[in-house]
Amino acid sequence: MVMRDALINRIYEKLKIDQSIFFVSADFGSPALDKLREDFPERFINVGIAEQNLVSVAVGMALEGFNVYAYAIAPFLSMRGYEQMRTSVSIMSQVRKININFISVGAGLSYDVTGPTHHCLEDSCIINVLPNFMIFSPSDSILTEKFVEFANKNCCPKYIRLDGKAQPLIYNDNRKVFLDQTFHELRKGKDVCIISTGYMTHKAIKIADMLEEKNISTGIVDVYIIKPVNDVELFKIIRDYNHVVTMEESFLNKGSLDTIVERICFENRACVKMNKIGFKDKYVFDVGDREYLYEKNGIGDQDILSNIIKTHEMD
Amino acid sequence: MNSIKELENKAVWVKKELLKIHKIAPGIRLASSLSCVEILTVLYYGGILEFNPKDSFWSNRDRFIISKAHGSVSFYPILADLGFFDKEQLKKVGKPGGILGDIPDCSIPGYETVNGSLGHGLGVACGIALALKINKRNEKVVVLIGDGELYEGSVWEAVMFAAHHQLNNLTMIIDNNKICMLDYCKNIINLEPIDEKFKAFNWKTDIVDGHNIKDLYNIFKIIKKNNFNQPQAIIANTVKGKGVCRLETDSLCHIKALSEAEIDKLLEEMN
Repeated sequence: MVMRDALINRIYEKLKIDQSIFFVSADFGSPALDKLREDFPERFINVGIAEQNLVSVAVGMALEGFNVYAYAIAPFLSMRGYEQMRTSVSIMSQVRKININFISVGAGLSYDVTGPTHHCLEDSCIINVLPNFMIFSPSDSILTEKFVEFANKNCCPKYIRLDGKAQPLIYNDNRKVFLDQTFHELRKGKDVCIISTGYMTHKAIKIADMLEEKNISTGIVDVYIIKPVNDVELFKIIRDYNHVVTMEESFLNKGSLDTIVERICFENRACVKMNKIGFKDKYVFDVGDREYLYEKNGIGDQDILSNIIKTHEMD
Repeated sequence: MNSIKELENKAVWVKKELLKIHKIAPGIRLASSLSCVEILTVLYYGGILEFNPKDSFWSNRDRFIISKAHGSVSFYPILADLGFFDKEQLKKVGKPGGILGDIPDCSIPGYETVNGSLGHGLGVACGIALALKINKRNEKVVVLIGDGELYEGSVWEAVMFAAHHQLNNLTMIIDNNKICMLDYCKNIINLEPIDEKFKAFNWKTDIVDGHNIKDLYNIFKIIKKNNFNQPQAIIANTVKGKGVCRLETDSLCHIKALSEAEIDKLLEEMN
């Protein structure tokens, strides 16, 4: 299932019993949203193609006690409305209660063939800069659905970046996973620990399997709350390894997951080898599907594998 | 409710208090804060807005959003006088440990939102107004915006939104003091005719002399009684730096500060 529809379906269920929920969109839709709009027209507003106003109007409603979901495509929500997020959400929420939830659809290269303007490699970096924001980066629909309960109970600004395409389920085996743990150890290993988020967790599972075939014992940690990640608990896992790999569909070295893991290692004086898998300082103009774009940008599966092995073999 | 004469005297008092603040805080935007003195005086002493100084977020209050926050230091003495905070704070503007900085925000009792950055107030006010309507509440939303602030595109996103959703519980007062930071607005980007613009965007639009207490009072009375299906724009024609001769005629008055001697002389003249 596409994550945004899983999320909207959960919100739809909540709308029936919780009068405080309101949904605002910047002229962005989905099949699940069509149903919500039809059945709850008085709980939905389309502000039009106006992301700045989306943020401001959503804040105004939140100030009056609504639990607001503000929905738009990732690059324009995070960047067109960024100063509004800074002024009216990040700054103002230090004084006033604002339960606002930004649903940002199309993380990373979800919208692969639509070109660089519709990619979003920036948001987990730039939203991370803003104080008082939580950043959610779920890897499947099951985690995504849990967001609604969490959102209602925790009155603070939240940004949830969702993949734009349907992804396989990871958390469908009834294991107990709680959002406020901020991450989950999917696999325990001995040699390499892959710390990944969102779409890249699916790739991490693939890469880990390939590494196991080469007798490199690989652990996987799926981080679904990038900010604030539980760094104390995360380090308890990292310290068992001497080689860490971060994987995210974001720009590298700009403040996202890679920077966070680096900081945790540095602060704890951990002596680890590190690979960072993500996107370098260039936009992606290549035309093709996600796998093709990864190949062209030096992070196809074989590239990732050989980089990790090369580092693993270093002293 | 105060009489027109009492309100006029109050406005003079507010100006004096503002000048006293300027003496200890030379960095405040004095000229911008002078152009809206009468507007603020009538709103708060003229029985126009509902508020509770002991509970600044009282649910039955009218929500007053000062979008031109930098130019609202004249609001400080009004809030202190009405009891929103201790009058002693007026002596600590910009000083360590005080609650009043050169540019206000909602950490100050009496302010609703964060507005040091321009162009945000109206959009947030639209969200508030919409929420009040959905909750079937009678409180009104009033926004004070600068004319130069109308350059921000985000304002017009909100203008369109308010009209489309017929937010007739929303009033925007434009402090039309004709000057930005570097020059007269007409030389930067000519905004006139402002009233025609708002009418074209389906707002009920009125023009008033922003320094005439009686006219302000008469037009603000409509705020509580908007029977139209439109949000309301009140274009208040004002003078930037009103009351200080050398500021009134200076296109660069935005950042001009007065010397202590000048302030003392003005206070003496006003007594």
